[in-house]
Amino acid sequence: MTIAFPEPQAAVLAKRDAIIAGLQAIVPGEGVITALDERRAFETDALTSYRRVPMVVVLPETTEQVSAILKLCNREGVPVVARGAGTSLAGGAIPQEDAVVLGIAKMNRVLETNFADRTMRVQSGITNLAISGEVAHEGFFYAPDPSSQLACTIAGNVAMNSGGAHCLKYGVTANNILGLKLVTIEGEIVEIGGAALDSPGYDLIGLMVGSEGQLGVVTEVTVRILRQAEGARPVLFGFDEIGQAGRTVADIIGAGIIPVAIEYMDREAIAICEAFAHAGYPLDVEAMLIIEVEGSEAEMEAMLARIVEIARAHQVKVIKESKSAIETAAIWKGRKSAFGATGRVADYICMDGTIPTGRLPEVLAGIDRIVKGYGLRVANVFHAGDGNLHPLVMFNVNDPAEQVKAEHAGEDILRLCVEVGGCLTGEHGVGIEKRDLMREQFSDTDLLQQTRIKSALDPQWLLNPAKVFPLDAPKEAASSTPAKAAA
Amino acid sequence: MTLHTPSTAAELAAIVADARATRSPLAISGGGTRAGLGRPVQAAASLSTTKLTGITLYEPAELVIAARAGTPLAQVVETLAQRGQRLPFEPMDHRGLFGTAGEPTVGGVAAANVSGPARINLGAARDSMIGLKFVNGRGEDIKTGGRVMKNVTGLDLTKTLAGSHGTLAVFHEVCFKVSPLAEREATLVIEGLSDALAIEALSAALGSPFEPTAAAHLPAFDGARARTLLRIEGFGPMITYRTGELAKLLKRFGALETLGEAESGPLWQAVRDAAFVAAGTDPVWRISVAPSKGAAVGTKLAALGGRYFYDWGGGLIWAAVPASGDASAAAIHALAKAAGGHATLVRAPDAVRLSVDVFDPPAAPLMTLQRKLKASFDPDGILNPGHMYAGL
Ligand SMILES: Cc1cc2nc3c(=O)[nH]c(=O)nc-3n(C[C@H](O)[C@H](O)[C@H](O)COP(=O)(O)OP(=O)(O)OC[C@H]3O[C@@H](n4cnc5c(N)ncnc54)[C@H](O)[C@@H]3O)c2cc1C
Ligand SMILES: Cc1cc2nc3c(=O)[nH]c(=O)nc-3n(C[C@H](O)[C@H](O)[C@H](O)COP(=O)(O)OP(=O)(O)OC[C@H]3O[C@@H](n4cnc5c(N)ncnc54)[C@H](O)[C@@H]3O)c2cc1C
Repeated sequence: MTIAFPEPQAAVLAKRDAIIAGLQAIVPGEGVITALDERRAFETDALTSYRRVPMVVVLPETTEQVSAILKLCNREGVPVVARGAGTSLAGGAIPQEDAVVLGIAKMNRVLETNFADRTMRVQSGITNLAISGEVAHEGFFYAPDPSSQLACTIAGNVAMNSGGAHCLKYGVTANNILGLKLVTIEGEIVEIGGAALDSPGYDLIGLMVGSEGQLGVVTEVTVRILRQAEGARPVLFGFDEIGQAGRTVADIIGAGIIPVAIEYMDREAIAICEAFAHAGYPLDVEAMLIIEVEGSEAEMEAMLARIVEIARAHQVKVIKESKSAIETAAIWKGRKSAFGATGRVADYICMDGTIPTGRLPEVLAGIDRIVKGYGLRVANVFHAGDGNLHPLVMFNVNDPAEQVKAEHAGEDILRLCVEVGGCLTGEHGVGIEKRDLMREQFSDTDLLQQTRIKSALDPQWLLNPAKVFPLDAPKEAASSTPAKAAA
Repeated sequence: MTLHTPSTAAELAAIVADARATRSPLAISGGGTRAGLGRPVQAAASLSTTKLTGITLYEPAELVIAARAGTPLAQVVETLAQRGQRLPFEPMDHRGLFGTAGEPTVGGVAAANVSGPARINLGAARDSMIGLKFVNGRGEDIKTGGRVMKNVTGLDLTKTLAGSHGTLAVFHEVCFKVSPLAEREATLVIEGLSDALAIEALSAALGSPFEPTAAAHLPAFDGARARTLLRIEGFGPMITYRTGELAKLLKRFGALETLGEAESGPLWQAVRDAAFVAAGTDPVWRISVAPSKGAAVGTKLAALGGRYFYDWGGGLIWAAVPASGDASAAAIHALAKAAGGHATLVRAPDAVRLSVDVFDPPAAPLMTLQRKLKASFDPDGILNPGHMYAGL
């Protein structure tokens, strides 16, 4: 329990009744949640070791309601934590005792689908999988596919710039969003972009995507939808040595082949996932790769033949090409259930750092050394094509000392990622979890440019406070700038 | 007129800090080929990145390359080609359009978010930009992003700064994600389609699983037949297969002819560089609309006496219009807006670009955010003042 929360502000708590009355005037009936046991459902996200019961929860159904709520919070100086499905692994949606949780889960409608333009406009509380579900009958899909896609919302994806196994080919959320409707803390409704490929002026979509609820509340999203490939097929490789797997990945990419996914699992992760999913994973190897290609039958055959040839050149020990839809589903079920399956074996924290792929063997050795140094175990699963690691550091939640050790091990791993030229987070975000590590990657000057933008768009720092930036991050009041923007 | 040519990041930062201290704005340039870009900048001093050169990192197996901002784009493109790779966004060469002779630079490409026809499936320059080092309008040297493809650590200033035209920061190093060069390419052509049918055909192709990597329509001007173009890239058998499937899919629009490598390459280069509207000195517009709205915009452009063509399945229209007082600015901004898009005046005399909106002014709430952003990077308006919007 090493992450500090700010003290709740007494002045805000003292206004609780008035704030609730104000919210009830905006969102009638069950849309305002005040009872303690009901508020508890919102006290944490997927970083469950930290929790704080929020002051009140509000579930608006329209952008106008969101605007009115934010105006109220801005006027009263109340912190607001936007929330999608609460699947953040970085504690991005964990509230604090003096905050209003603004949940957008009820805003989950599809507003417009345009196959000719390959776009879809949705309310931001829709789940990632529901977007693809809506257009699947025409053979289309929404590309970024976080493993949590059944539950997580597009709003959360936008806030975290989420990725998934197939991002190697299709890019992350930032590459698949064309428009946003956003409400500022002042309650101003702003429309950015739309169905056209770009929008005039500065790239505010680029700024908003990945901003972790720091700059505004997203209520609508225009996404790109893509046509599904004719077919997709994975091949599974087992290696006796980590280095062989790494060199196979490098040579595939070096040969100009970009598969849709290259996933890596180590011995520990393979054992855990196989016991859960019975996917037919080899248990006597040190490293496993799942490589998926897309296209027509002939195209996939040709591409897989080249990939297999490269793996053979690196002494691959096990080769399993999927021969049917059922085998394909099993292979992916094993991988996609990695987090859940690990959760059955032990408590764990799922780290998320990115490294230059060339440094892989050395970093895996380093992770092993770090975790053993704390007397713990680790399972590694990750997106090998883009160097996005997910070490699952296992510990016993009933032993507080062990939990602290696991957190320290996680931090050491992220420091190692930055040291070799990588970064603190590749897809889960900073949240509260990595907030205090930001100085590993950024100088105070670097941070200051980011916090100036925060101050410019949210002068009282009411939106999702105590996340992303270290509590003592350098800040300047927005008004200290001489050329203060004319509103 | 003072010209600063820093050769290190520290020198660059010192020059900007000085300029801020004396409140003397700087006009920022890369290769100095900027004749005619944006709104003319009024500044007593200019700053060029020509001495900030060199590739600083290239890891082919990691698909990343980084270069200092003044590095000629051509050098990056050649270095990549030697290892069978490319910049996915196919940056346009604007020299034909502007009639200039300098060297496009990496920093200029990033600052103007210069992209080409591959954008429809590989994205714009901003989609490939993964890291930036820059000096803001306070003279502070800052880094954002990095050299790995997936990075969500803090605010993504890289994308925010892509396309900021030197008005928020001066870049000194840019890191790009790259992609493999296609083994082969071919172009499919259907002749004689109307704009509306052509766009329907392109939409059908782009919505198919056969992944065209570029799409364009060249309407009939000067008596030539209209041509509707699709590019397929990949290895040999894949091209044969996809060509066949697309021919079946598009049968109702007419017969498909296939152009090989020798014709395909130069044709897409012409699309990329807007060569079909480059001749002469008429004002040139770049109009961005949803594909399904494209043909209606084309009809209105024709009524204005414009010559135009469609890139990206109709999502982007390049148009040359007869020279007039305002380069048809009022009419073109209005027709783009009516189609849910926006228009940029890319070529026109200085006096015209000073007096009309070169970039569409965004709606008021959005403009407020833009001003706040500008103030957070460059509070005293030192960098390229007025280059994108008057008074900003
Ligand atoms: C089992 C499991 C597997 C996962 N796999 C992946 C994976 O493969 N890839 C990946 O990238 N992530 C993964 N995640 C992490 C998580 O699912 C993503 O971060 C997801 O995008 C969060 O979405 P959410 O709707 O749950 O958002 P929440 O957790 O509710 O919120 C996340 C952040 O978004 C902000 N936010 C929410 N709504 C809004 C809004 N309307 N406007 C502004 N800000 C808002 C919140 O304030 C918070 O900062 C996984 C999580 C789990 C539990
Ligand atoms: C309105 C407009 C629309 C355009 N549209 C397109 C288009 O759609 N497609 C296309 O391919 N090309 C487009 N261009 C042309 C594009 O700008 C040039 O191809 C490219 O900038 C050439 O590089 P250069 O080094 O010569 O840059 P320059 O001409 O020297 O500079 C270009 C711009 O970048 C800024 N700049 C240069 N270096 C830096 C740096 N290091 N840091 C910060 N800012 C810097 C300059 O101030 C200037 O605003 C457009 C230009 C304008 C003005």
